[in-house]
Amino acid sequence: MKRNLPAILLILTAVALIAAGILMHQPESVLHKAVKICMECIGLG
Amino acid sequence: MDRKKRRLGIQAVATLIQNANFKGFFTGKIYEGASKSVCVPGLNCYSCPGAVGSCPIGSLQSFLSGIKFKFPYYVLGLLIFFGAVLGRAVCGFLCPFGFLQDLLYKIPFYKKNRFKIDRYLRYIKYLVLFLLVIILPMTFELTPFFCKYVCPEGTLSGLMLAAADSNVRSALGPLFSWKFILLMIFIVTGLIVYRPFCKYVCPLGAIYGFFNKVAIYRMTCDPGKCISCGACAKACRMNVDPSKAPNSMECIRCGGCIDSCPEKALYLGIKKRP
Repeated sequence: MKRNLPAILLILTAVALIAAGILMHQPESVLHKAVKICMECIGLG
Repeated sequence: MDRKKRRLGIQAVATLIQNANFKGFFTGKIYEGASKSVCVPGLNCYSCPGAVGSCPIGSLQSFLSGIKFKFPYYVLGLLIFFGAVLGRAVCGFLCPFGFLQDLLYKIPFYKKNRFKIDRYLRYIKYLVLFLLVIILPMTFELTPFFCKYVCPEGTLSGLMLAAADSNVRSALGPLFSWKFILLMIFIVTGLIVYRPFCKYVCPLGAIYGFFNKVAIYRMTCDPGKCISCGACAKACRMNVDPSKAPNSMECIRCGGCIDSCPEKALYLGIKKRP
């Protein structure tokens, strides 16, 4: 437990950040970007 | 099954799962399902016809480069989560582009994995992270600099889309040529040097590297058993000395050092050494 304390604290922080992101509808923003072909990514500018 | 084969198997399965939209490779249409609201742990372009998840670096840049700045709570949370649990084991086991480079290095060719400027070149990835992924996208709206000018995974996706879709093929221009040359450089270098993109350029590897020392999945070296023979450092293709720095930011947890240790002094896992 003591060995993994920093990692556990980081995981709790991560969960809080993910929850905050979900409350702000950020997964929808990620989805919105990801379902369209990203022209820059594939090199079309 | 030995460690190398097991890792290769995990890498292959992870690549297939992250690119499970197989029909996309033939139709040239990208997946539009809800699973794309979740970022995958490794570098896997969301414009790859097979991708069923989102690229964390692309998503991070899309938040930072928006017209209205949004703090990327969600993407940052996912990155911290993956980092805190696995650290750079993500690079060694789950990243599709890392897997591709592992396969490239298996091709019999002239190999030169240790050279003088190697340690200096490694700082480039931090520059790429801070400049191309964070600072420039925040400064110039709507431009994901890393994805646009560097990411070879995106170029591969472009190639696959172009192969299946004539509209994409006809739209290829100078930017694609630049990215294609970069991709070729990474591929040719990858035949000679082990994982050049991961070592020198990948911003995702740079992020996960910060977690290596604290991640739940990490390495320990038993000083009572270690005889400082240097076998582990010699075996490491990421040029790390695991006896001195078992949780180096460069270690991708491939486990090659563990197999080479004659005293079994190295241990990699989630628990304290058994």
